[in-house]
Amino acid sequence: MSLLFTNVRLIDPAGGTDTPGRLLVRDGRIAEVGPDIAAPEGAEVIDGRGACLAPGIVDIGVKVCEPGERHKESYKSAGKAAAAGGVTTIVTRPDTSPAIDTPEALEFVNRRAQADAPVNVLPMAALTKGREGREMTEIGFLMDAGAVAFTDCDRVVTNTKVFSRALSYARSLGALVIGHPQDPGLSDGAAATSGKFATLRGLPSVSPMAERMGLDRDLSLVEMTGARYHADQITTARALPALERAKANGLDVTAGTSIHHLTLNELDVADYRTFFKVKPPLRSEDDRMATAEAVRTGLIDIISSMHTPQDEESKRLPYEEAASGAVALETLLPAALRLYHAELLDLPTLFRAMSLNPARRLGLDAGRLETGAPADLLLFDPDVPFVLDRATLKSKSQNTPFDGQRMQGRVLGTWVAGRPVYRRN
Amino acid sequence: MTFAHRHLLGIEQLKPQDITQILDLAESYVDLNRQAAKHADVLAGLTQINMFFEASTRTQASFELAGKRLGADVMNMAMQASSIKKGETLIDTALTLNAMHPDLLVVRHPHSGAVDLLAQKVNCAVLNAGDGRHEHPTQALLDALTIRRAKGRLHRLNVAICGDIAHSRVARSNILLLGKMESRIRLIGPPTLVPAQFADMGCEVYDDMREGLAGVDVVMMLRLQKERMDGGFIPSEREYYHRYGLDAEKLALAKPDAIVMHPGPMNRGVEIDGTLADDINRSVIQDQVEMGVAVRMAAMELLAGNLAGSRVPA
Repeated sequence: MSLLFTNVRLIDPAGGTDTPGRLLVRDGRIAEVGPDIAAPEGAEVIDGRGACLAPGIVDIGVKVCEPGERHKESYKSAGKAAAAGGVTTIVTRPDTSPAIDTPEALEFVNRRAQADAPVNVLPMAALTKGREGREMTEIGFLMDAGAVAFTDCDRVVTNTKVFSRALSYARSLGALVIGHPQDPGLSDGAAATSGKFATLRGLPSVSPMAERMGLDRDLSLVEMTGARYHADQITTARALPALERAKANGLDVTAGTSIHHLTLNELDVADYRTFFKVKPPLRSEDDRMATAEAVRTGLIDIISSMHTPQDEESKRLPYEEAASGAVALETLLPAALRLYHAELLDLPTLFRAMSLNPARRLGLDAGRLETGAPADLLLFDPDVPFVLDRATLKSKSQNTPFDGQRMQGRVLGTWVAGRPVYRRN
Repeated sequence: MTFAHRHLLGIEQLKPQDITQILDLAESYVDLNRQAAKHADVLAGLTQINMFFEASTRTQASFELAGKRLGADVMNMAMQASSIKKGETLIDTALTLNAMHPDLLVVRHPHSGAVDLLAQKVNCAVLNAGDGRHEHPTQALLDALTIRRAKGRLHRLNVAICGDIAHSRVARSNILLLGKMESRIRLIGPPTLVPAQFADMGCEVYDDMREGLAGVDVVMMLRLQKERMDGGFIPSEREYYHRYGLDAEKLALAKPDAIVMHPGPMNRGVEIDGTLADDINRSVIQDQVEMGVAVRMAAMELLAGNLAGSRVPA
């Protein structure tokens, strides 16, 4: 069975190109890419009418709330949301309750994902048992069971002895460790970034320096142990020189950032709007611009949705008490396109950060528009305007900061291994 | 003249003319409160509920008295003891009370922004009696009335606010109000209690009290919470008193006619010398308490005037 896309703009992050052309899919893989491909016998032909065809998004750090809080998000709802958002691979977080810290728990995730999710699901596992920062998990067994990375998510392993041992052990297996760069002492109890806004609102706040301190500590331990390390979210200008130095020194280090930190700033919280409460808290406009620039230069490798479903009850509270996190699988692309329309990033650069780099970091051959790569694709119109209505989201939780906002750009269709998983009529 | 706001949530939303309007009306209540018969019945038939999610004696008593003198039916609810303990959320509590048709809701809550949240869910007028470290508008208004009566104006004054600014809603509301009225504000305290960010709010920040007090018209002392004295923010009570406690010697650096204020309750010998606090020539601390009732009467009357079908003359 083959599938031919005609009349599309091919967004190829590996080559950094945005060119009109055609793309042929055969047996779930990309068979040919070029300006002039004839349709084979019996092939389905999709006329893109000038829309963009890009490698599907690989989203590291998606929270699906199974096990424990299935009412917030299940593999079924997250899978549908991902497909509608052009995300062809979700890399799930282990911060469920209980945490994914044993091979048995990971098998449950694999089983649930296979049964219900239309997109690829790659699970991450906890670095320490119960994410308590005391004993490392069975990293070897968990890798055998399919864990692609190890992380305690937003809980920092405070004991440096425990963390350094886990990093050393992970290195011996070639496992990727994902850290949350943050000084937990300084950030304890904080709901905002310190500055004029937090002062005016009377919110407990954390200095942006806490991120650099966390990153400095992690990078020192990486230098000590030689582990493969990825920082989940770099969101401040002051953390960037440390990252640059580590990369220049040849450490096996990459960094991500979240779509919310790239497109929103602290002032968006306005009158205590809890849907804007994320972790780390939204930053200043200067930090946002520096982060976007770091994505452009490639210093920050990866953009993630940091999809975090929360029900209404955990958000309908005074700001300090409200839960952190925002759903973003379905708004990741239109939000990222704000950076494109603002002329901060071009489309190949965006897909380098959303598709190519995360795939590379996890050792996947996805993320490219090249012969032989899996046909994980998304077709989108970068320009069509719309107003987001959160009631239309496919996630079980609808805690998006973009509700009611004007956005531009929509997914028209998503294919996983050449199979359509989403089509917009 | 009608009042331009439905609620009194903070000073931030008020314009200078709103502030003047409240203070002018409050003046008339100062006179009334000094008479033997203290009743005005502009709130007769209206229901005022005081919801205090955080312990308070002075502010709650002041609001209660203000409501009663205006003829409202006043009910006090000690919220720390009630449904919150049973797991009810703030919004549910608000909706429950709202169903009883109160006209004025006076709310204090330990979290910043909680009173704003509650105000979005109810039909009546809401007065913020202090939310977290965000705002305490009636305190700033009563301080303003006290200053205006002592100094004859609110503009072009140098006002020093001393002590735990970081955790103080009183400080934030006062900074906003005095800024709007075009006075200059100096903040004095150790950097642990006066973060540099306050300079962004248009204030001058001093960690040397003697320097900060030089030539000021008003010295406003803040209470230092007991739980901050444990070495976390300051090394000890006695070192704090030595560097930042107000005594006659430090006050001598201010203008000769400078007044001394304190929102209460005071820690004598921690942030202020006891004798100084009682000096009727310098201290206006008792006046502040008196102005508190008058300002709250004025604020409630103005808000009640905006209630639908109100009998209060607008």
